[in-house]
Amino acid sequence: MEKILSVENLHVSFYSDGGEIAAVRGVSFDVNKGETLAIVGESGSGKSVTAKTLMKLLPKQNSIIKQGDVKYGGKNLVQLTNRDMEKLRGSEISMVFQDPMTSLNPTMTIGKQVMEGLKRHRTMSKKTAYTRTVELLELVGIPDPGERINQYPHQFSGGMRQRVVIAMALACNPKMLIADEPTTALDVTIQAQILELMKELQKKFQTAIILITHDLGVVANMAQRVAVMYAGEIMESGTLDEIFYQPKHPYTWGLLSSMPKLHADRSLPLTPIPGTPPDLSHLPEGCPFAPRCQYALKVCHQYEPGKTKVSTTHTVSCWLEDERAPKVKKPEGIGGMQRGRQSKIAGS
Amino acid sequence: MRNYFLSRLGYMLVTLLIIVTATFFFMQLLPGTPFNNPEKLTEQQLLSLNEKYGLDKPIALQYFIYLGNLLQFDLGLSFQYEGRTVESIIGSRIGPSALIGLQAVVFGTAAGLLLGMISALKHNSFLDYTSVFIAVLGMSVPSFVFAALMQYYLGVKLQWLPAALWRGWEYTIMPSLALSVMVIATVARFIRTEMLEVLGQDYVVTARAKGLTEKAVIVKHVVRNALIPVVTMLGPLTVGIMTGTLVIEKIFAVPGLGEQFTLSIMVNDYSVIMGITLFYSSLFILVVMIVDILYGVLDPRISLKGEG
Repeated sequence: MEKILSVENLHVSFYSDGGEIAAVRGVSFDVNKGETLAIVGESGSGKSVTAKTLMKLLPKQNSIIKQGDVKYGGKNLVQLTNRDMEKLRGSEISMVFQDPMTSLNPTMTIGKQVMEGLKRHRTMSKKTAYTRTVELLELVGIPDPGERINQYPHQFSGGMRQRVVIAMALACNPKMLIADEPTTALDVTIQAQILELMKELQKKFQTAIILITHDLGVVANMAQRVAVMYAGEIMESGTLDEIFYQPKHPYTWGLLSSMPKLHADRSLPLTPIPGTPPDLSHLPEGCPFAPRCQYALKVCHQYEPGKTKVSTTHTVSCWLEDERAPKVKKPEGIGGMQRGRQSKIAGS
Repeated sequence: MRNYFLSRLGYMLVTLLIIVTATFFFMQLLPGTPFNNPEKLTEQQLLSLNEKYGLDKPIALQYFIYLGNLLQFDLGLSFQYEGRTVESIIGSRIGPSALIGLQAVVFGTAAGLLLGMISALKHNSFLDYTSVFIAVLGMSVPSFVFAALMQYYLGVKLQWLPAALWRGWEYTIMPSLALSVMVIATVARFIRTEMLEVLGQDYVVTARAKGLTEKAVIVKHVVRNALIPVVTMLGPLTVGIMTGTLVIEKIFAVPGLGEQFTLSIMVNDYSVIMGITLFYSSLFILVVMIVDILYGVLDPRISLKGEG
């Protein structure tokens, strides 16, 4: 498999009146051509910051990449000048945002907004750009594209707007697409349509996708590999099957068991993970998840665990994986689910 | 669209009627008479003058006569200037006011936009603080202070510009500058706030994510959207300034409408007071409507249909 992007030991911090907020702390992962990597985690786990860092779209005034490399096509994006980064954005790496209601310019026709990227990165006549835009709109399933191209965002529904955003992102056939919670703001039936569309287009153009989400149903439906983030770190990463069937980290267990299940007893409440994510400006010592972890050992509160390789694709950061640790059995009901059911959750 | 204009027109007329009525009756509270040296007039003379101008009739009747004349676009005769119509007085005075006003608005808007945009783009920098300071100064210090300072330093001490009067274009510079201070401050503050707001919008991130150059992002996405609300504010501001400002015209002895207005109020020239008030309000209402139409052109989300 061809590796097209690799992130190594990335640290990103924000500065506010309350001091430094370490939003991303030592994140590493690779993305291969044509595959989907899902980054999952709660709100505030640093997944969106990671995504925006790859595009270097974080506000310059108060954020800084403290350490680490983002390697893409022989270049280190962290060191790229703004001008060189502009050339890459939209042509090689694109992004789809969370809320289609706010991510389009309300005073510009959608045609113009799609064409902008094309004109910036490809030399083509106005007429070709126009025809290509109509094609793109058709490709993402917008009916009557020749008519709709001259309309404004407010004349589109949420799902249609997200299709426009996807058309914009794919305008220049990028090698990589970063989708930051692309379906969170949409209602469930539309979610399924948008995910289908993304899968279909991915197959067609061999685009690699980094999918940022907190919805495990979406993950099961879309991803080949999964990275679980918590408090700015990747706690566990592996293939879809490894994360869903042989999860090793108590946080992953918590995520999986807090997910609603199709055939579970409806009278029982969902199982939440107790507590709240830590304050990133005052992180506890040791493992950031330890205060909420029911399996936490003494060592968890003092030292951060190292990375343990469970298989060539499966890595976990947890003291339970240490050979000196007591053997803990993962709770029941996790990892027993069948793939088919998970897809149903995503599409339901 | 046609319905929209018709209903707007209806509202405009109602507004004007309210203004006319209010001004007419409030004016009755002004002490004194519109005649020169009333203390030297005998009882008999006063009565016959009142009769001549129709002031002996009941107030209500006077009001309806005025409305009747108004419907025929007749604003009446001035009390102060024998035999001159109110229309001709406004006509002869509006020129200078409009000229210095227009210059002040054009210059003030350009300078204000520049100042405010720099401020927003260099948010929280020294430049930003400086321009905010200038804006606050311009808003809070009354324009006649600047006018007096300018008159003294530029006009009297340095003698770069004529200190007052109205004898050519160079005489318009200082009054225009003095008026523009407020425009600069208002526009700068407004566009700064709007730009900062738009800069934080998701669609600006989208534009950057497309790989557009920073310049293209600012010009096509940020400024375009930040300007829309500025237009609303600029309309009424323009009317206010172009129809003359009482104090500035007084200080620089500009023969403008504002100066005439103050004069007419002093001597109880009823018909001129009514006329100028009506003129100001009509212009104001008209500009507000133009702004609304412009808004519809600039912002596709607003469509002009149904009732206003």
